[in-house]
Amino acid sequence: MSVLVLAEHDNASLKSATLHAVTAAQALGGDVELLVLGHAAQPAVNAAAAILGVAKVLAGDAPYLAQATAENVAATALQVIGARGYTHVVAPATSFGKNVAPRIAAKLDVAQISDITGIEAPDTFVRPIYAGNAFATVRSADPVKVITVRATAFDAAPTSGGSAAIETVAAAPEITAARVVGQELTRSERPELTSARIVVSGGRGMGSGENFKLLEALADKLNAAIGASRAAVDAGYVPNDYQVGQTGKIVAPDLYVAVGISGAIQHLAGMKDSKVIVAINKDAEAPIFQIADYGLVGDLFQILPELTAEL
Amino acid sequence: MKVLTCVKRVVDFNVKVRVKPDASGVETTNVKMSMNPFDEIAVEEAVRLKEKGVASEIVAVSCGPVACQETLRTALALGADRAVLVQADADLQPLAVAKLLAALVRKEAPQLVILGKQAIDDDANQTGQMIAALLDWPQATFASKLDIADGKATVKREVDGGLETVEVTLPAVVTTDLRLNEPRYATLPNIMKAKKKPLETLTPEGLGIDVAPRLKMLKVVEPAKRKGGGRVADVKELVAKLRTEAKVLP
Repeated sequence: MSVLVLAEHDNASLKSATLHAVTAAQALGGDVELLVLGHAAQPAVNAAAAILGVAKVLAGDAPYLAQATAENVAATALQVIGARGYTHVVAPATSFGKNVAPRIAAKLDVAQISDITGIEAPDTFVRPIYAGNAFATVRSADPVKVITVRATAFDAAPTSGGSAAIETVAAAPEITAARVVGQELTRSERPELTSARIVVSGGRGMGSGENFKLLEALADKLNAAIGASRAAVDAGYVPNDYQVGQTGKIVAPDLYVAVGISGAIQHLAGMKDSKVIVAINKDAEAPIFQIADYGLVGDLFQILPELTAEL
Repeated sequence: MKVLTCVKRVVDFNVKVRVKPDASGVETTNVKMSMNPFDEIAVEEAVRLKEKGVASEIVAVSCGPVACQETLRTALALGADRAVLVQADADLQPLAVAKLLAALVRKEAPQLVILGKQAIDDDANQTGQMIAALLDWPQATFASKLDIADGKATVKREVDGGLETVEVTLPAVVTTDLRLNEPRYATLPNIMKAKKKPLETLTPEGLGIDVAPRLKMLKVVEPAKRKGGGRVADVKELVAKLRTEAKVLP
């Protein structure tokens, strides 16, 4: 058994989803090696080597890997896999992992198992289907298992205590058919949505982007991340990276406060693993109340300031 | 420019699925089926490209049982010019579908393959990327904006941190995300016209593709049920319970 984990990072540090993917990789058994592809990414490489339980870090550097495309990450990853051989290739189920992993699987002529939430054996995995309304246990007979890991289903591996060997790997020739030409990334002081302990989330009921200031005040008090339903993003209240749901972010915080969110199946898919769910909505019939531990029916424009003051 | 758009017939997104008591799968008999919502967005984008004069022909393709003809007729009613059904009754998994579509691409030679980023039944999010890899084409996934000019596609992608813009040379694969467009409704005249548009049926054997599934489904179960339904009367009670009962607040 030997596992290659595709590290997600921004050259300066590792993304937290990588740590959860490492834990899943460790559960497979065998040596876990981390592939860090980037440019001037020594800080990320060093962080990878410090993770407890990682046997080796493979570092590939090229200027074109600074803002890596799926084509280029896959090309170098396949070179590494071809040279060294692995039984498993693991990536976090983030937009990065989802973009890259299937290219690798197809080139290896093997199936991919997406978004796993459990490992029953090195060849048997549990994954959500139908927006998490069912869970399938699947077995792969392929010689290499390509897997993406749902971060909320596995703990983060400890970020210190490891002392992995660091090896350089050659970057594959650049593929120029795809280039990153721009980015509009949200900058925030708040905790990251997918790893925050508390999330406050707004839906269509918020009425406007301006009204999200009420949620911000609450989030400040709770040191919470801010999320949103699809409706709020579609309406332009907040940017797309706030979206929680089947095709947005999957979160499982200790506390999820759903404000003005009706609770469509697709939204629940993204937050129903939260430890405690609070719902605030003026519609007593809203489906969200069926899964809320504490439901408060009322006008969010009165409740939010009151709640913020009470804390 | 020829555009190939791939559509999947899935359980309608409004249906609350039920797991079969024998754990063999999800109940799909007598359940409403529809075109995968992300694929509707793909068809809509292809039609808009045709309306702009960028695309000259739209071919819609679906892989699956004969009933997929309904889904293809919907694509034709939305504006596709012709349809291809790759008929197979067995369980088709993403790698097999990608191979079938890649084989069809070699036949049809489109400049753009556009399909949904994921199907809402298996939530795999693989097929588009796999088609691109099998053809050695570039890919632009999770598209929320698509512009085509001078043999290139400029695509704004929704990623975890916000938005990323990529430029890919054609031919390329694009997978669609929710906000790329709002699909039109098929009008009755177009539904009638669609019945006369060509629909060709092929088979995996005819395309020379082995579609045997790689993943064996051992069982399908419901998630652990969440209790829910708890109510509080006011903010004070909520905060008190969060502190003392749920213990999620200091």
